Amino acid sequence: MRIAVPVFPGSNCDHDAYHALKHVVGVDTAFVWHKRSSLEGFDAVVIPGGFTYGDYLRCGAMAKLSPVMDAVRRFAEGGGPVIGICNGFQILLESGLLPGAMMVNESLRFVCEYVHLRAETGRTPFTGGIAPGTVLKIPVAHYQGNYFADDATLAALEERRQVVFRYCDPSGDPTAGSNPNGSARNIAGICNERGNVLGMMPHPERCSEEELGSADGRRLFDSMVAWLKEKGK
Amino acid sequence: MKEKPVTLELAREHGLSGEEFERVRAILGRDPNFTELGIFSVMWSEHCSYKSSRIHLKKFPTKGPRVLQGPGENAGVVDIGDGLAVSFKMESHNHPSFIEPYQGAATGVGGILRDVFTMGARPIASLDSLRFGRPDHPRTRYLVTGVVAGIAGYGNCIGVPTVGGEVYFDECYDGNILVNAFTLGVVKRDGIWRGYASGVGNPVIYVGSKTGRDGIHGATMASGEFDEKSEEKRPTVQVGDPFTEKLLLEACLELMKTDAIVGIQDMGAAGLTSSSFEMASRAGTGFTMDLDLVPQREEGMIPYELMLSESQERMLMVAKKGREGEVLEIFDKWDLDASVIGEVTGDGVARIRWRGKTVAEIPVAPVTDQAPLYDRPAARPEWQEALQRNPDPASLPVPADLAGTWMRLMSCPEMADKKWVFRQYDHMIRTNTLVLPGSDASVLRVKGTRKGIALSVDCNSRYCFLDPYLGGMIAVCESARNVACSGAEPIGLTDCLNFGNPEKPEIMWQFRSAIEGMAKACETLAVPVVSGNVSFYNETMGKGIHPTPTVGMVGLLEDAGDRLVQWFDAPGDAVFLAGADRMGECVGGSLYLKEVHGKVAGTPPPVDLDHEKRLQRFLAAAAAEKLLSSAHDLAEGGFACALAECCVTRPDGPIGAKVANPFPASVRPDFVLFAESQGAVLLSCPPGKKGALADAAERFRIKMKELGNVGGEHIDIEGVASVRAADLHRGWRDGFAKTLGLEG
Amino acid sequence: MKAKIYVTLKKGVLDPQGRAILSSLSHLGIAGVEDVRVGKYMEVRLKDAAPDDARRLLDDACRRLLANTVIEEYRIEIE
Repeated sequence: MRIAVPVFPGSNCDHDAYHALKHVVGVDTAFVWHKRSSLEGFDAVVIPGGFTYGDYLRCGAMAKLSPVMDAVRRFAEGGGPVIGICNGFQILLESGLLPGAMMVNESLRFVCEYVHLRAETGRTPFTGGIAPGTVLKIPVAHYQGNYFADDATLAALEERRQVVFRYCDPSGDPTAGSNPNGSARNIAGICNERGNVLGMMPHPERCSEEELGSADGRRLFDSMVAWLKEKGK
Repeated sequence: MKEKPVTLELAREHGLSGEEFERVRAILGRDPNFTELGIFSVMWSEHCSYKSSRIHLKKFPTKGPRVLQGPGENAGVVDIGDGLAVSFKMESHNHPSFIEPYQGAATGVGGILRDVFTMGARPIASLDSLRFGRPDHPRTRYLVTGVVAGIAGYGNCIGVPTVGGEVYFDECYDGNILVNAFTLGVVKRDGIWRGYASGVGNPVIYVGSKTGRDGIHGATMASGEFDEKSEEKRPTVQVGDPFTEKLLLEACLELMKTDAIVGIQDMGAAGLTSSSFEMASRAGTGFTMDLDLVPQREEGMIPYELMLSESQERMLMVAKKGREGEVLEIFDKWDLDASVIGEVTGDGVARIRWRGKTVAEIPVAPVTDQAPLYDRPAARPEWQEALQRNPDPASLPVPADLAGTWMRLMSCPEMADKKWVFRQYDHMIRTNTLVLPGSDASVLRVKGTRKGIALSVDCNSRYCFLDPYLGGMIAVCESARNVACSGAEPIGLTDCLNFGNPEKPEIMWQFRSAIEGMAKACETLAVPVVSGNVSFYNETMGKGIHPTPTVGMVGLLEDAGDRLVQWFDAPGDAVFLAGADRMGECVGGSLYLKEVHGKVAGTPPPVDLDHEKRLQRFLAAAAAEKLLSSAHDLAEGGFACALAECCVTRPDGPIGAKVANPFPASVRPDFVLFAESQGAVLLSCPPGKKGALADAAERFRIKMKELGNVGGEHIDIEGVASVRAADLHRGWRDGFAKTLGLEG
Repeated sequence: MKAKIYVTLKKGVLDPQGRAILSSLSHLGIAGVEDVRVGKYMEVRLKDAAPDDARRLLDDACRRLLANTVIEEYRIEIE
């Protein structure tokens, strides 16, 4: 089993994702430079956070044009598990692999803090081991994490069970006060229709070890490993 | 821009005195041309030459068994064992931040990051010491918002966590804010790089962003007082590009894994000029440089502009002859400009060419060796005595509502929760931050080892104003105590010395006294100064700031698992006061005197350096023996505010405590609560560890008093004052944004 | 030849920056401003071409990179 961490100019959570996967979870992991156009030999893709191309123009707008994103698209079409975290989520949105777009936080300020997430579905490779309704403690760190989609898209997301995580209070209630950025319907993470591509603003790779304040993020990676093992990887 | 004829008057406009101009002529044996005048003026500016401060900076102890690189390089380096070292420095970006807060602060962060990764170190944490004018000054809110956003904008994008810092407000900073940025990186002991232009014939390579007309004369701007026209200086402020710097960081670290280069230096203040002259000067060489080969962003730039530009995100390096291809290849991979612009020569002369002509020819060594050095007159100002004597503490009325006063102090912006600030900084990226911002010191793990690094920036400038010697000493002691309270051993410091106009004897006296106080504390505590920065001329229309020698302290935990936090852990834990004999009735320079009685006066609390040293060793030992649940030192706001912080800063929510009055019954209640002291620490431990803790205190001859227990709904100092923990927590949490009129 | 491209948020998409500016303007006492929408303005220099061709090229650039049509709309002016 081998996990790819694509690296774009300006990626800066690439080392954190690598560390969590390789040293904490203990799976074979490799960086993939954005100019490479193949993901041959990899079984899952973790697109890390950061400020690709400085977030100039729009977050993720330029990274979507990198050759590696064509490979990610093909990988996703083949049913391979893909997770985009923070800027990785923004890249997936810009690429059209996931619906919707990101706006500037309602507060107009960068926000870095622990938030609570309610898991909504176990249908993705990354949430198979997390029962719906489970509350996770995971940090966010972004300036543009205010998820937007038109009403029809939001309704479709709900209906097709594509909302994977919602911001909530510690008891699991998705209140307005627990929404750190103004996202529509407290959405923190969504998947594609098929369920194999997940995008989320919070950072599971930052909380995969107790000494960092929470190990809840590890549950996503453990789920991914279990899913891959089941597929004989 | 057009070249101007060089006259004494023009030299003066460049900040050179008549005597300095004569010295330039003597070195060259002729009149300088316009480009050469520009070069000398920036190299001999206060900012680059330290001409008023060098004589005093020598008083700092800079050596020690762990010191691998002391002052004089891009950053200092201290050994932490296991083949690793930490490189760190702090630098001011005060004037640019006042003029354009977002870009000023952002480029300050960018500059200090470059200083650190130039040494070969991967930056792992930044902290910032910020000082603004009074909260209700019309510009303060704008400056706070801009500076914080600028630090966040740069640091978050480049992906180095900003793990803490301090934010203060005082009217002395109304016209001169302070933005001091600190960065620490980790480097392999055998992978340290320095700024040496050695090896005759080796190519000189320019890398990074293209050169524009940004910030020409930034270095001379930082060397003159502000006046009303400063607002018009806006165009010279540089714009930061953290994305390019991120690429530069990765490219440089990749390059440093090879052995293709011999030296590297950041192009900071005075850009191409200072980097080339300083590198050649350290190596005792000369160089040629062809300015036509410098990557340029604007058209029609003349040599003067190219040499003095302060465009950001640029580096100068010297490669091994024949290896330039490897260098260029790595920079090409990262989409960065890189260009061979000259070579190292053996004759000690800098020859700068442009359009086929030599436009400057200057012997390198004299520019640094014969730079002006001043022992400027220093005199204690007459008003100092009266300031210290006033007021008579007995004349101060005791507030009727002590609990209300306690609440008021905890919610004033100096004490209140700084979450509004820290939330905007990415303080978790790189997944090393074990103690997040908000404790005495932030603690980071060093991956691949068991070690932890504790960091604190600190200065009480009220103390320094009232007694610069004692204030300087306290700045060192307090920052060392902060890292000791996290269980770490202080191993080195960097400083940022922010003062007024050094041409005034009273300012020079403040400067000299503060350095002497700091040096004394460093010697006793055996903490070397390994890097630093001086910022003079922090004056607007003749009014200077309080002397503010900010200290950035670095501590080492052999086992990061031993780290401590400042907040109480669990109900039932015992509360102790260590250094009980250090408690005094001193209100001089206290927060209480300022906030409640409207005065900055008196003398700061006394320091006992020998006690300080034992106290810090005791804390490290108690942490290593896992005896403690928390440790927090008494500082601004005295006993009551320290206790309140132990209760309300707890991330899991506030908790109460019931403790005895540590003072004799005769002491007036407001002084019990808010008098300040140096050398006292509040500790908590599980009841089962009480005996072992007492033994440890005994071993280090630390007087320790058991005061009570953690728990309950109230923070209760028996017989003196009591408040509900939840109420005090609310006031503390909301105080910062509320007072400044910022949205929560 | 030169072209100007204006990218703005679509009507109906909430603009947090515009809203903040609107409220600041009213705090400043600048009355009579009903709405503010913040957008991007780009100047593009092009090789000379027939205006229709240039427009087609820029339209393509906008759709593929310069604007995100989920939330943004754009307008092209060719000089």
